[in-house]
Amino acid sequence: MGRGALLVLADGRFPAGGHAHSGGAEEAVRAGRITGAADLEAFCRGRLHTAGLVAAALAAAAAAGADPAELDAAADARTPSPALRLAARKLGRQLMRAARATWPSPELDAVARAFPKGAHQPVVLGLTARAAGLGPSDAAYCAVYESVSGPATAVVRLLSLDPFEATAVLARLAPELDLVVDRAVAAGTAVPPALPAASAPLLELGAEIHAAWPVRLFAS
Amino acid sequence: MHLDHSHHGPAAVGADARRADGTRRALRIGLGGPVGSGKTATVAALCRALRDELSLAVVTNDIYTREDAEFLLREAVLPPERITAVETGACPHTAIRDDISANLEAVEDLEDAVGPLDLVLVESGGDNLTATFSKGLVDAQIFVIDVAGGDDIPRKGGPGVTTADLLIVNKTDLAPYVGSDLARMAADAKAQRAELPVVFQSLRGADGVRDVAAWVRARLGAWTA
Ligand SMILES: Nc1nc2c(ncn2[C@@H]2O[C@H](COP(=O)(O)OP(=O)(O)O)[C@@H](O)[C@H]2O)c(=O)[nH]1
Ligand SMILES: [Mg+2]
Repeated sequence: MGRGALLVLADGRFPAGGHAHSGGAEEAVRAGRITGAADLEAFCRGRLHTAGLVAAALAAAAAAGADPAELDAAADARTPSPALRLAARKLGRQLMRAARATWPSPELDAVARAFPKGAHQPVVLGLTARAAGLGPSDAAYCAVYESVSGPATAVVRLLSLDPFEATAVLARLAPELDLVVDRAVAAGTAVPPALPAASAPLLELGAEIHAAWPVRLFAS
Repeated sequence: MHLDHSHHGPAAVGADARRADGTRRALRIGLGGPVGSGKTATVAALCRALRDELSLAVVTNDIYTREDAEFLLREAVLPPERITAVETGACPHTAIRDDISANLEAVEDLEDAVGPLDLVLVESGGDNLTATFSKGLVDAQIFVIDVAGGDDIPRKGGPGVTTADLLIVNKTDLAPYVGSDLARMAADAKAQRAELPVVFQSLRGADGVRDVAAWVRARLGAWTA
């Protein structure tokens, strides 16, 4: 399988729970750090080179066949915020459900059994790509694209930002997505994987602040 | 209904009638309809009417995180561990129809935590007339409108009004004050829905949720038969 399966997995409407998450954008909007397309682009760029890179390397490693339990522990160690760890596991569990229904595989069944409350989403994403007959680079592309498309979609809802402007932001970031994928694949497919540990402290702090709000539109 | 593949690990598919351990899962009924029509009030009344005879839980889908869940908690219609609020990213109809994963997770977690359950009620935060539940999430759906929202809603139709397994026309006590013609609403609903049932109800009246509770019991009877 090839590009066709990749489009199915990368589709924003793939039913794996992502629509309820803003990738930190809701908190950043409330804090005044995102007010329009220019800020959104800066926010997405920061996310891409930190959380996006780490997620893509994890996904590439999982797609290449690295041990999911070790990758999951590595993801935990790279996610200081308890709220973000929880969100990543919830999304991993939801993706696992969708993946097992779309590309049934004994490997997915085994990981679902080992992690009944969910493994980190990028790890499950890599395993899903594997089950779909895709490779490490495909998995990394899905991860980096999600890392920027999630906040962009959320900001359209949060600020009533012009959807054309939001999509143009993603298009401007596309060449950088390619570069980050190259780095992620090199790191994730090294033996043993040489996983990056880039972090965005403001995203981690923001996630904790957001999780404490009594009223919010997005789950994270 | 039951798929005969063996169940290793958690069920993959939401509509699967059995849980991972092979036991039959709870019947899941969705309640949708416009904001303020009385969905949460109906859920609360159903819990009061059925909680002594059935093991119940509720999942709410709010636009803002937890308002419906908090109302149900304040009213103490069920113990708090039986009520879960799903966060919908400003889009309840996506969470009940297009991407049901968070709701399925909530239902399964409730069964794990407080089960076995007989019935899970899933309320959708008020959306619009087009919001319907996925068959992968619920086994039957109730659409709740009220007489104060205009007596032409049954005539206008929409997927909720025409296809829901039960249509509730709520707040009949208000009909004289808002000038709604109940006979016309009944005739329009009949025209849109043919043989599908319609209940006219006032939660302020003596009968309250009685007819809807009877319908739920009948669905449950069919589910467990
Ligand atoms: N008069 C009257 N008010 C009702 C009835 N059912 C619900 N309400 C009220 O209508 C308002 C909205 O109800 P709610 O259940 O929160 O609506 P939801 O948005 O559909 O969940 C509340 O103030 C209820 O007390 C009814 O049968 N008659
Ligand atoms: Mg409500």
